[in-house]
Amino acid sequence: MINIENLTKKFGTNISLDNVSCDFNKNDSVALMGANGAGKTTLIRSILGYYHPNSGKVLIDGLDPIKDRIKVLKNISFVPQLPPPIKLSIEELMQYISISADVDKELIKHYSDEMKLDISANLNKSFFKLSGGMKQKLLIAISLAKKSSIIIYDEPTANLDPKARDDFYRLLKQNEDEKILLFVTHRLEEVKNLVNRQIYMDMGKIVSDEKF
Amino acid sequence: MKNLYLIAYLDLKESIRAKWFLVYSLVFGGLIALFFIAGVTESQVMGFSGLSRLLLMYIQITIVILPIFILITTVRSISGDRDNHILEYMLSFPISLKQYYWGKVIGRFITVYIPVLFAMIIAIVYGSIKGSPIPWNIFFLYTGLLFSLSSAFLGIAFFISSIVKSSEVALGIAFFIWIFLLAFIDIALISLMMQQRLDEQLIIFIAMINPMELFRVAAISLFDPELTVMGPVAFYILDSMSRALFLFLSIIYPLALGIFFATIGFIIFKKKDLV
Repeated sequence: MINIENLTKKFGTNISLDNVSCDFNKNDSVALMGANGAGKTTLIRSILGYYHPNSGKVLIDGLDPIKDRIKVLKNISFVPQLPPPIKLSIEELMQYISISADVDKELIKHYSDEMKLDISANLNKSFFKLSGGMKQKLLIAISLAKKSSIIIYDEPTANLDPKARDDFYRLLKQNEDEKILLFVTHRLEEVKNLVNRQIYMDMGKIVSDEKF
Repeated sequence: MKNLYLIAYLDLKESIRAKWFLVYSLVFGGLIALFFIAGVTESQVMGFSGLSRLLLMYIQITIVILPIFILITTVRSISGDRDNHILEYMLSFPISLKQYYWGKVIGRFITVYIPVLFAMIIAIVYGSIKGSPIPWNIFFLYTGLLFSLSSAFLGIAFFISSIVKSSEVALGIAFFIWIFLLAFIDIALISLMMQQRLDEQLIIFIAMINPMELFRVAAISLFDPELTVMGPVAFYILDSMSRALFLFLSIIYPLALGIFFATIGFIIFKKKDLV
């Protein structure tokens, strides 16, 4: 469970999150929406423990994501909007993930295959040299192989073609039970079959929170 | 611990593949090769000859280029990862900030130290093949000095990398620090300060806190301490302090300085927003 209580985060004079409170529970599949600068990414990064709040708190299963980052991050999978230009080879990246997060490499390969990404042929290739779609598929495969109870996707389908999007939705459907899914998205129609809750943010505040 | 070694290992592998590492290794290896080709070991200038002269020339050039190489290549380590969102992804896995930061420090230290050490080993091996006597005392002193100087600038680079958000700013600060410390070695501003009759204790103090000056004086201290090439402050230091104590200080101080700055950098890294 994610518990956000009166969370405020400022960057200089800019208030990115303004006294935000909300809870995310098991089986919540949430579309987090809002215009650019609404505070969606700041909220996600606060959940991941990247930001020190100015006031308020974030608790993941009762734990502080900054102080207890290892315990908290064991249960979170995250896929950023733009795949970062990691210079490690795919083999090295998988080694990093497998050792740090105890993720089975075979499972990453399995989900990569499901996403129609042949990583065996690209193991020695630098991650940043893959195409945008291939990078996104690999990050999605990693997020699923990690078997986390919280999965956070920031515009996950931005680089995917329609076929790959279908594969992604199918795999998520198979893996959504007993999890919290958070989708940061600008296009509700893309995830509307997956979500059961829609949160709209504006100017650092939650302006609507609907369950359906 | 496994995560610490993992980060160090992956950083090392990534660095070795990078173009800067190739240039870095070629510069130091090339210097040694150039000295041999130029016949430095066969010449004798001001009492230096053979491998001693070669190592002395190597170390004097190293004083100038090693710090800037370390600063430029390392200063973007964390700030660069932050800039291009690598940190955001890599730190979404359950790895402690301590393991991530110190793993990067260890990996980068090995990367910057191995080529300069290896260049000296090549010189020793090639020199011994050619029948030159091996100046082991100089070799071990320089090995220690290079270790210590690398630590100092690596620590400073990680400190800068932690405090700034943009890698461009980090580069600018790194360049300024290099120029600043370089200016305050014996042959530059310090001589000018002496000319201006500034308080000598202040001048000595400025010289002693500058790791580049300590390195420079220590590097030539095994030779005749009355050599005029050393500069006035170096002469004064070696005249007022035992050589053994000075050599000990010249290795311990930059090492401690590097650890100090790296530790402050870590505290800032931990306390600040990560991305």
